[in-house]
Amino acid sequence: MALTKVTQIAGTAVHVPGTDIDTDRIIPARFMKCVTFDGLGEFAFYDVRKNPDGTDKPHPLNDERFTGANILLSGANFGCGSSREHAPQALYRFGFRAIIAESFAEIFFGNCTTLGIPCAVAAHNDIVALAKEVERNPKLEVTVDLLEGKVFFEDQEFAIIVPHTAREALTTGQWDPIAELLENKDAVDAKIRELAVVA
Amino acid sequence: MGKTLFQKVWESHSVATLSNGQTQLLIDTHLIHEVTSPQAFGMLRDLGLKVAYPQRTFATVDHIVPTDQREEPFSDSLADAMIKELNRNAKEFGVTYFDLRSGKQGIVHVVGPEQGITQPGTTIACGDSHTATHGAFGAIAFGIGTTQVRDILATQTMALSPMKVRRINVDGELRPGVYSKDVILHIIRLLGAGGGKGYAYEYGGSIFDGFTMEERMTVCNMSIEGGARAGYVNPDEKTFEYLKGRPYSPKGEEWDKAVAAWRAVASDADAVYDDVVNIRAEDVPPTVTWGVSPDQAIAVNEQVPTVESGTSAEQRISIQEALEYMKLEGGAPIKGTRIDVAFVGSCTNGRLSDFREVARFLKGKKVAGHVKAIAVPGSQIVDVLARQEGIDQVFTDAGFEWRGAGCSMCLAMNPDKLVGDQLCASSSNRNFKGRQGSPTGRTILMSPLMVAAAAVTGEVADAREVFALSA
Ligand code: SF4
Repeated sequence: MALTKVTQIAGTAVHVPGTDIDTDRIIPARFMKCVTFDGLGEFAFYDVRKNPDGTDKPHPLNDERFTGANILLSGANFGCGSSREHAPQALYRFGFRAIIAESFAEIFFGNCTTLGIPCAVAAHNDIVALAKEVERNPKLEVTVDLLEGKVFFEDQEFAIIVPHTAREALTTGQWDPIAELLENKDAVDAKIRELAVVA
Repeated sequence: MGKTLFQKVWESHSVATLSNGQTQLLIDTHLIHEVTSPQAFGMLRDLGLKVAYPQRTFATVDHIVPTDQREEPFSDSLADAMIKELNRNAKEFGVTYFDLRSGKQGIVHVVGPEQGITQPGTTIACGDSHTATHGAFGAIAFGIGTTQVRDILATQTMALSPMKVRRINVDGELRPGVYSKDVILHIIRLLGAGGGKGYAYEYGGSIFDGFTMEERMTVCNMSIEGGARAGYVNPDEKTFEYLKGRPYSPKGEEWDKAVAAWRAVASDADAVYDDVVNIRAEDVPPTVTWGVSPDQAIAVNEQVPTVESGTSAEQRISIQEALEYMKLEGGAPIKGTRIDVAFVGSCTNGRLSDFREVARFLKGKKVAGHVKAIAVPGSQIVDVLARQEGIDQVFTDAGFEWRGAGCSMCLAMNPDKLVGDQLCASSSNRNFKGRQGSPTGRTILMSPLMVAAAAVTGEVADAREVFALSA
C-alpha cells in the first residue's frame, strides 16, 4: 500500500498546556457512540472547550488567533487513559497533523503513528519557549522535521525525539503496517500450528 | 540466565521483524466489544478482507448497554445502532458473540476469564486499555486501537515494540480492611500515572501468591492507570484451579498438557528484570483518590494535599487544577467529604467476590438518605451467582439498586451517569474529569468496601471504622 511519507509537518501551532491530559478529555466517551470516525473533529476537547449549553469556554482551541493550527503542543503523559483511537482520530479531524509534548502515553502514541500523526517528544523548556513565541505571534511558521529530528521556527530550533520505529514507519510511508502483516500470512499460519494454543 | 514470562511469551509469539523494526506478534485471543470494533470491521470491508481466524475472536457488549432497561431496541438510538452493528459484524464474519440473550454477556474483562478463554502463556488483545486484567492468568494482555483491531481481525497479528519488565514485589501482610484495590492504588501513587511507560508490570511476592484470581485481576486491571500497558502475575495452582472445567478450558488429556506448558511459562527464578520495586504490605493503607488522575491518591485518613506541597511548578499547577475541579480544599481531611452517588461495579471490582465481601458487612445497614447507590454485576453470570447467594437482596435491602451487567457508571456511554457536579464514591478505575458522564462530575476511587462505607455514612469514610474492622 503506497502511503505518503511523513517527513515534515509545517504550519502553525497551538499550546494546550497541562500534564496527564487523558483521552476522556480529548474525546469524552459520550461522543464515541458512533460507527464511523467521521465527524469526531468537532468534539475534540469538547468538555473543556464548551459550556453545558454549547457556548464556548475560554480555551486555546476556541481562540480565533490559533484557528487552523495543525501542530499541537502539550505537556507530559499526553493521551493517557483509554485505548480509544477516537482520540487521535478526533485530533486528526480537528486538523492536527503533528503533536509535540514532553511525553506520550504508549497506546495513544501507537494509535497516532498508525494514523500517520507524528508524536514528537521535546524538552519542557523548549515547548514552553515555543509556546511563548506562538502566543506572541500566532501565525509563526513552525516546522517539525522528522528526518532532522528537530523543530524549526524563525531562526531557532530544538531537538525532538521520535522513537526509531515510529520515525522509520512515518518517513518511509509505512506507518500503516497492514500490508506487511498480510504478506507474512504463511509465517503466521506456521506459527499458529507450532503453538496450537487454542484447540 | 533465566527468562521472564514476558520474554518467553514474546519470543514464542514473534512471527517476523517488520521493516520499521517492530515485531509482528501473533495474538492468540482477540476480544472485541461494541465501541471500538465497528470502525475496524468497516476498514476490513473497505479493504475487501475477511477475518483470518474467526474462532479466535470473541465479542460481547458492555460499554453502552443499559443496566436497567435491557430490551432491544434501546431507547438511545445511537446505542441501538452500535449494538446492531456488532450483531451484524459477528454474524457476517463468523465471530463468537456473547450477546444479551446468551446469559454470558458482561464486561469483556470479566467474561474472558469466566469462560476460560483467558489462558496462561497466551497473548491477548482487545480494543480496550483494561485488557491487562487478563494478565492475572499469566497472559500478556494489552489494549489496542481500532486500526490494530483491524490488523488482528485480518491477520491475527499486530505490529508491536517489546516492553521492558518491572517486577513489583509486595510482601508481608495486608492490614484488615485493606484490599487488592488499595494495593494497586498504592502502587500507582508511588510510581505515578506515567511511571510504567514502556514496561510490563510483573506483580509478585507473598501478597500476590496469597491473592485469589479475582484479587489478582483487580491489580492487573489498573496497570494502565500506572502507565504500564500490560501487567501480569505468574500462573500457579490457583490459576489452574480457577480455569479447570470452564467452558473454553482444555479438557481431559489436553488439560494435563496445558497445565505442564503453563507451569513452564512462568518466569524463571533467576530471571533478570529491567527494574524491581519492593513494597511492604503493611505500608498499604485503605487508599482513596482526591484528584483527577489515578496517582492523585492518599490514605483515607490523610489530608488532601495543598498546592504548596507540590515539588515543582507543574505539580503545583496540577494540584490546583485538581482541587478546583474536585471542589476540595487543600489541607482538609478527605474523610467526611459528602458524596452523592455510590457505585460498586466495573471490570476492576464487579466480580462475585467483590459483591460477596461487601454483602458480608452491608447486611442490616442502610444507605444514607441523600445517596444514590447502585451495584452492577460485571457479567450475567456474576448476576445469577450473586442472586443464588441472596447477595442482591442484601444490597437492595440496604438501599442499593441492583442492576443488569455492563460497564454502567464507569464511563459515560450508557444511561448511568453523574449529574452536574455530583461526587461519586466509585469502585471503578478512572477519576478523570468528566469520566462518569457529567463534564463537572467528580469521582473518588476506592475499594468496594470503602464505597459501601461511603454509601452508608453519606460521606468518604474509613470502612474499618464504619464496619468495626480491627485495624
Ligand atoms: S468497566 Fe469501565 S474500564 Fe472496564 S471495560 Fe467497562 S468502561 Fe472500560
